[in-house]
Amino acid sequence: MSLSREEVIHIADLAHLELTEAEIERFQEQLSAILDYAARMQALNTEAIPPTASVLPLVSVLREDEVQPSLPRTEALRNAPESLQDCFAIPPLR
Amino acid sequence: MTALPDLTMHAALELLAKGELTSVELTQAVLERIAALDERVRAYLRVTADLALEQARRADERRARGDTAPLLGIPLAIKDNIAIAGLPLTAGSRILEGYVTPFNATVMERLLAAGAVIVGKTNLDEFAMGSSTENSAFFTTHNPWDLERVPGGSSGGTAAAVAAGMALGGLGTDTGGSVRQPAALCNIVGLRPTYGRCSRYGLVAFASSLDQPGPMTRDVTDAALLLHIMAGWDPHDATSLPHPVPDYVAALQPDLRGLRVGVPREYFVAGLQPEVEQAVRAALKQLETLGAELVEVTLPHTDDALPVYYLIAPAECSANLARYDGARYGFRAPLKPGENYEAAYARTRGQGFGAEVKRRIMLGTYALSAGYYDAYYRKAQQVRTLIKADFDAAFAQVDVIVGPTSPVTAFRIGERAADPLQMYLADIFTLAQALAGIPAVSVPCGFDAQGLPIGLQFAAPPLEETRMLRAAYAYEQSTAWRSRRPPIVETLPVTQ
Repeated sequence: MSLSREEVIHIADLAHLELTEAEIERFQEQLSAILDYAARMQALNTEAIPPTASVLPLVSVLREDEVQPSLPRTEALRNAPESLQDCFAIPPLR
Repeated sequence: MTALPDLTMHAALELLAKGELTSVELTQAVLERIAALDERVRAYLRVTADLALEQARRADERRARGDTAPLLGIPLAIKDNIAIAGLPLTAGSRILEGYVTPFNATVMERLLAAGAVIVGKTNLDEFAMGSSTENSAFFTTHNPWDLERVPGGSSGGTAAAVAAGMALGGLGTDTGGSVRQPAALCNIVGLRPTYGRCSRYGLVAFASSLDQPGPMTRDVTDAALLLHIMAGWDPHDATSLPHPVPDYVAALQPDLRGLRVGVPREYFVAGLQPEVEQAVRAALKQLETLGAELVEVTLPHTDDALPVYYLIAPAECSANLARYDGARYGFRAPLKPGENYEAAYARTRGQGFGAEVKRRIMLGTYALSAGYYDAYYRKAQQVRTLIKADFDAAFAQVDVIVGPTSPVTAFRIGERAADPLQMYLADIFTLAQALAGIPAVSVPCGFDAQGLPIGLQFAAPPLEETRMLRAAYAYEQSTAWRSRRPPIVETLPVTQ
């Protein structure tokens, strides 16, 4: 299993990660090695095996949809790099 | 006589209860130990001396009023991916630069209500991803047993602090072994609870189907004491279990008659350091002497846990870490003129995350992406079912499963850092229990020829922490490994 440079760039794009040239090269090599190692799983027959997403013995944990005390707005905004008129401010979308 | 910072929590609690010690004295002694050693060990990202002394004063006042809260006045070290209101929370990452958390993790809420004193926040691999603390964005923690070596990880800071008397106990988090492996490498006890036994609310999320906070202590009694306070249902975490919490301390008995101990044949394989194997085999013999019956069991999918873990955990992390967008908290990369949000988002993450975190986000994104989901992510989840079934079958025959915690003792700083796969192999004995959601605990079981600690791991079926702790306690009480101190502690002047 060998990842191409284009695949690495595509994954980085999906993950919103700006990578340097050196990182692209290094990840191409390292991710290929890790995926090679993971390929050993393919030898197992899992056709009739259901996937495990959670080990919990719980089903449908629901609660009443009630208003509860929450973080005051000033507290919630305190850690923001930038805020404006009681909102988080981000760079322009376009 | 044991120096104050080297006391177990339960021994200190006895002295506090008898009025022979105050929390302020104890906390000061721990802070002095930190001042004497942490420049070399570097366990702490932040020492909260003023907060600790204030909490200690309040604990002494509470005790004077007749309060008997179970942790009243005990100094603890907390891994810096667990939220404490009003303190910075870094998760070992630059991307959380400047973030001060406004709330307490549920486990912290409970420990603080029980009277705990917080000495500081400890170092970790960035976002708990690693087995050595070398992935911390700030610095590497050194193993108190040999400063040239890693303390293990990712909870290496707490492990080193507890081993060197820079706290009486502490908290780590365990996603694939991050409490148990550093405990083994530092000669302390580290416990991973059943998945859902402790609330994850206020833990910096890494892999949500695997993360659990766990106690790191000098002996099994202290681990039971902390777990008893931490465990239980939490309305803030829908994956926390509603089952009643037993009194783990009261259940500790040094008698193993009738206990069936499973010994997995797959745990004694090539790659296991011979001294680790010898120590574990000697420990098994000791369990037999204590009345346990050894039964060989098989966990056929042991070797598959590594690839399964390194697909499932990265997949979940790639989703969890999407929240670091530079909008609501933490680091934001400076914008170039004319750039939009998306470019800023990608640069913030490119500059804010370290190499291992980026590697895992990339791996997880790939495993979840169109065309690869079935071959990697779904396949890994199916094999996870097989791994869990291995344990179910084994536990039909035995009460607990015992084996090594780590295949090797503490390795040299830098030795494995360049090769991610080599680093991942440090976790081969701790991943499967996490994937199966079962509890496991590492206890000291010996030293190699270089004087480096070796850990013995006990695992039990879901919610059978009591049974597991009892077996670990009986073993521990029949040995003296836990009472050995690291050389840097032994060479301190007696007053420290």
